[in-house]
Amino acid sequence: MELLNPGIGLLFWMSLSFGIVFFILKKFAWKPILNALKEREQSIDNALKSADKAKAKMAEMQAGNQRIMKEAQKEKDQLLKEAKEIKKKIISDAKEEASLEAVKMIEEAKRAIENEKATALNEIKKQVADLSITIAEKVLEKELSDPKNQEEMVDDMLSKLKLN
Amino acid sequence: MKKSLLIVLLFILSQGIILATEEQHSSEDHAEKKEFNVSSFIFDHITDSHEWHIATYKGKHISIPLPIILYSKNSGWHFFMSSEFHHGHSDYSFNGGKLRLMLEGENKGKIVELDEEEQEISQLPIDLSITKNVAALMISLAIMLWIFIRVAKTYSQQRGRAPTGLQNFIEAIVIFIREEVAKPSIGEKKHERFMPYLLMVFFFILLNNLLGLIPLFPGGANVTGNINITFLLAILTFLTTNLSSNKSYWKHIFNAPGVPWWLKFPLPIIPMVEFLGLLSKPFALMIRLFANITAGHIIILAFYCLIFFFGNIHYTIGLGTSLFSIPFTIFMTLLELLVAFVQAFIFTLLSATFIGAAVEEQH
Repeated sequence: MELLNPGIGLLFWMSLSFGIVFFILKKFAWKPILNALKEREQSIDNALKSADKAKAKMAEMQAGNQRIMKEAQKEKDQLLKEAKEIKKKIISDAKEEASLEAVKMIEEAKRAIENEKATALNEIKKQVADLSITIAEKVLEKELSDPKNQEEMVDDMLSKLKLN
Repeated sequence: MKKSLLIVLLFILSQGIILATEEQHSSEDHAEKKEFNVSSFIFDHITDSHEWHIATYKGKHISIPLPIILYSKNSGWHFFMSSEFHHGHSDYSFNGGKLRLMLEGENKGKIVELDEEEQEISQLPIDLSITKNVAALMISLAIMLWIFIRVAKTYSQQRGRAPTGLQNFIEAIVIFIREEVAKPSIGEKKHERFMPYLLMVFFFILLNNLLGLIPLFPGGANVTGNINITFLLAILTFLTTNLSSNKSYWKHIFNAPGVPWWLKFPLPIIPMVEFLGLLSKPFALMIRLFANITAGHIIILAFYCLIFFFGNIHYTIGLGTSLFSIPFTIFMTLLELLVAFVQAFIFTLLSATFIGAAVEEQH
């Protein structure tokens, strides 16, 4: 059958041209194409991996931010609370101090009044004593002329002194 | 989309042109009251020839002459164009003898040397002519060189970028071969070494299958349906397999582990079966591709021949037959388009499987 005839020419040309083309293509086409494909796949893979990494980092950062925010909030609350307490304390302290001061002032005033009173009384007493002495002198000058009157007056004065 | 539609249209149109030219042929035959010989018509189309026949118009053959290169022990080298034969109607004379292209008989289609007394010399000259198949082979290889070097250039120009244009198409196939053929069959580690061979074989078979489906020059030759071509491809797979095989592969062939000793000694039944398998694998590769492609061509041609066969009885019957034959041929051509891909894939897949078995690590 002609279909199955071996053809030396065809075999020769096929092996020659196929071989040559194979080696040319291997060097200038197959290897560059396969290498380029591999390179690109690796770069895509790397890009995806780094994207994943970036995503994880972002999430981490976001979590961190949230944490910091929370902490800040807490700190703020704490600070506010403390401030309020301090305010309260300051007010109450002030109140207390004021009342103490007031008491003290009142006391001092009282004491001053007392002192004044005492000095005034002493003054009055002194003046009264002076006056009494002067009066007594006058009276004595007048009365002592008569001895009876003298005795009477001494008695009277003594009794009156006791009353004071 | 528009482009592909255009290609399909051109394809169908070219079928019509071939039909028209064949019709001329048949009416010529009819005029000469010659019997329309279906089998010789078909075989002329699927076998190799020394000229590239395009059409026959009003009894004149239109063909592209191809160079004839012969070596004869008696008269040395001969170089001339096949047009010297005038389609086999005249001999090529040289000093001290003649060369004749045989049209009939045992050596049909071959060139026979005649001595001075016009006697055939029984020993045929060695024919290294650029025949139709050799020319088609070279055209297809040139196309491959052009396509793939261009694509490789695009890759180096667009390092790391997305593919564009032709690169897209090639890349899809290259990745398919790598991911679906090479990696599962040969393995992740070793497949890279064999990728150039697998790609070369796949694209060579695919391109020649497709060119074979185009009825006009530069297609129309039956390259992958020629047993010599498939033989060489099978031999290449055989050599690649066995030259890259490791120890455990040979051990499995000659001393398969796990097989009872009495199957190996004294009569080495299993080793013999394994050794036969070694040879039958590439043999199956050779026959499968050859038979598939040739059968496809024969069926398509047979549908056309029906028209002229019946047309010989009366031209209206021939016309009627064409109503069925042409849709059937178009259907068959589309089927062959599928077969072109499938056969290229199968050849590559089986080659990869054989190579994979040869380089497999011992387990």
